[in-house]
Amino acid sequence: MKDITESSIQKTGCEEGILEPGLMWKAKQSTTARIGIGHTGARYKTNSMLRFLADQAQASDSVFTEVEDAVIKKMNILEIHTKCRNKEDMIVRPDWGRIVEEDQQKLLLDNCKINPDVQIYFGDGLCSPAIGANIPDLFQVISKGLAFEGKVVGTPFFVRYCRVNTARTIGPLLGAKVTCVLIGERPGLSTAESMSAYIAYRPHPKMQESEYTVVSNISRYGIPPVEAAAHIVDLILEILEKKQSGIRVDL
Amino acid sequence: MILKTKLYNKTYEFSSVKDVLAKASEQKSGDILAGVAAESKLERVAAKVVLSELTVKDLYENPSVPYEKDAVTRLIQDDIDAAAYEKLKGTSLGELREWLLSGQTTGEMMLAAGKGLTSEAISGVSKLMGNLDLIYAGSKMKITATCNTTIGEDGVLACRLQPNHPIDDKDGIIASALEGLSYGAGDAVLGVNPAIDTIDSTLSVWEVLENLKNKYQIPTQTCVLSHVTTQMEALKRGGRADLCFQSIAGSEKALAAFGVTLPMLSEANALFHEQGSAKGPNVMYFETGQASELSSSAHFNTDQVTMECRCYGLARHFRPFLVNTVVGFMGPEYIYDSKQLTRAALEDVFNGHLHGLPMGCDVCYTNHMPMDQNDNEALAMLLVNAGCHFMMGVPQGDDIMLMYQSTGFHDLAALREISKKHPIKEFEQWLSKWGFWENGKLGRNAGDFTVLLQ
Repeated sequence: MKDITESSIQKTGCEEGILEPGLMWKAKQSTTARIGIGHTGARYKTNSMLRFLADQAQASDSVFTEVEDAVIKKMNILEIHTKCRNKEDMIVRPDWGRIVEEDQQKLLLDNCKINPDVQIYFGDGLCSPAIGANIPDLFQVISKGLAFEGKVVGTPFFVRYCRVNTARTIGPLLGAKVTCVLIGERPGLSTAESMSAYIAYRPHPKMQESEYTVVSNISRYGIPPVEAAAHIVDLILEILEKKQSGIRVDL
Repeated sequence: MILKTKLYNKTYEFSSVKDVLAKASEQKSGDILAGVAAESKLERVAAKVVLSELTVKDLYENPSVPYEKDAVTRLIQDDIDAAAYEKLKGTSLGELREWLLSGQTTGEMMLAAGKGLTSEAISGVSKLMGNLDLIYAGSKMKITATCNTTIGEDGVLACRLQPNHPIDDKDGIIASALEGLSYGAGDAVLGVNPAIDTIDSTLSVWEVLENLKNKYQIPTQTCVLSHVTTQMEALKRGGRADLCFQSIAGSEKALAAFGVTLPMLSEANALFHEQGSAKGPNVMYFETGQASELSSSAHFNTDQVTMECRCYGLARHFRPFLVNTVVGFMGPEYIYDSKQLTRAALEDVFNGHLHGLPMGCDVCYTNHMPMDQNDNEALAMLLVNAGCHFMMGVPQGDDIMLMYQSTGFHDLAALREISKKHPIKEFEQWLSKWGFWENGKLGRNAGDFTVLLQ
């Protein structure tokens, strides 16, 4: 049976009216952008229009997916949640998405290593599939890399309905020097599993957004998790040494 | 100054000018989140009634953030044209609205008046205008700016070519750029949002864009949208680019959240004048978007239209070549759906124009908004009529780095054909030489960038 989403964007194109189709296909190898798609008048061909609709529908649907319990169980880690009660809260109440209430704070204090060099935790953010797709490779390589350098890595855990700024509470709570949040990004059409790392030196409630060092586009379609992990280890080591993070770190 | 009124025998009272401005705003999820929005439709109308009787002077004397406390307020207030303000200070916002809409008032007169209006006054009058008012009045203003080419001439709809790539791959950026050129995109700027904000990466993408521009002799400008400090350092290391980019916000505190200060922007402007590759005189490219202040808790209980206006008040000090409101990128917690997005885009483009700015709009949405491409296309059509200077050109509207949807190369071509608007003249001639755009529509080689690779 036909499935228009089966073929990758890079293998989907329109040769009609193209002088050198070989050059077009070669250019398409370098990007997942929707190029070489032809046109009818100044509008899209039917095939490329339908493919766009399918991909946008999938991205839109993925925002409201929950991270399945099985995914967290498999990682064998603690789960806490923010003040949000569901995905709808998550969308319109970013202020709740950064609040970790007292009972949840207690769970962390009871279960996590205190005063580590680096605290890493995972958040669903706006893309739940990102957790299962990236965390296993990403976390393993980061924690091994840091341990190899003699750094103490805190106990990892998962925060449901998580925004980046949970770090402002969680960092000081656990007394970490560096806090690193690995969190699902707004999904795009080419992938519904991309994540970012937000890293801060001693985050606190009054910090500036610019004090985060950010690595984005982590996924098999962007910066692959293993490669991103190596980059993140280097960044964290540098942040630990300079005792500051954000755009002020000169890379 | 009267801050109360009655509607259907019920009294509505407001605590301050700022409160009136916020409650007179059309509904936005961000203002609700901030706790400053009107609680009912009638309260919103009551605020508009009160606002219509406040004068330009009332707004001038009540900036959203006090003069002593905020560098952006000081910049805006100190830049006010004293003579233009004197003429207008006794005018009520209701009268100002009618004057802007009057058939006797030309675009030139509006722009002269705009110089005497603070950002709060401009925000205020826009809250008394319906969507068609904003389009009708806004379309009268002609605003030009010159970098290598001139944007804003009559009958022109320009386009920023946005060939982003998730890992800044050179060949990938070139591929999307060539595709865009073949559909007529790129006369406003060839502008890449880098995935990696470093000096080396900025230098390497600058080189890609400058090489493209020079190899094909494209009459346009180049820009990499990294942090302003990154671009300054890259320029000092011998890199070449035309435009200096920075995202800006409407308070000193919100700027700090972007890692930006006003002296930093002045330094960047001067540096790009001296060492950038553009002819100028306009070498800055700013991006804005309603509610960026709220997202960093730096809005001082002010509504998002007014804070956005203050970005324009800041921007006009630096005489930029481009200002772009990335209206749908912030997310549904600030601008919920298509209705709110349409309103915000029309407000931003009108308010930017009344500040004298060459205003573009990234007509866009994220996948967590209840919107789709149909909504985007309809808004783009409205903005063409509102005199919007430029929109984005992204391969089929799908930005594979920023993960949102904008306008596609095809969309810009269609908008130009429908509205009988053109690319910037020199660029149009360049397109026509390659057969990409001929006789006011896509040409014989449209969509075939391989002709550039022969």
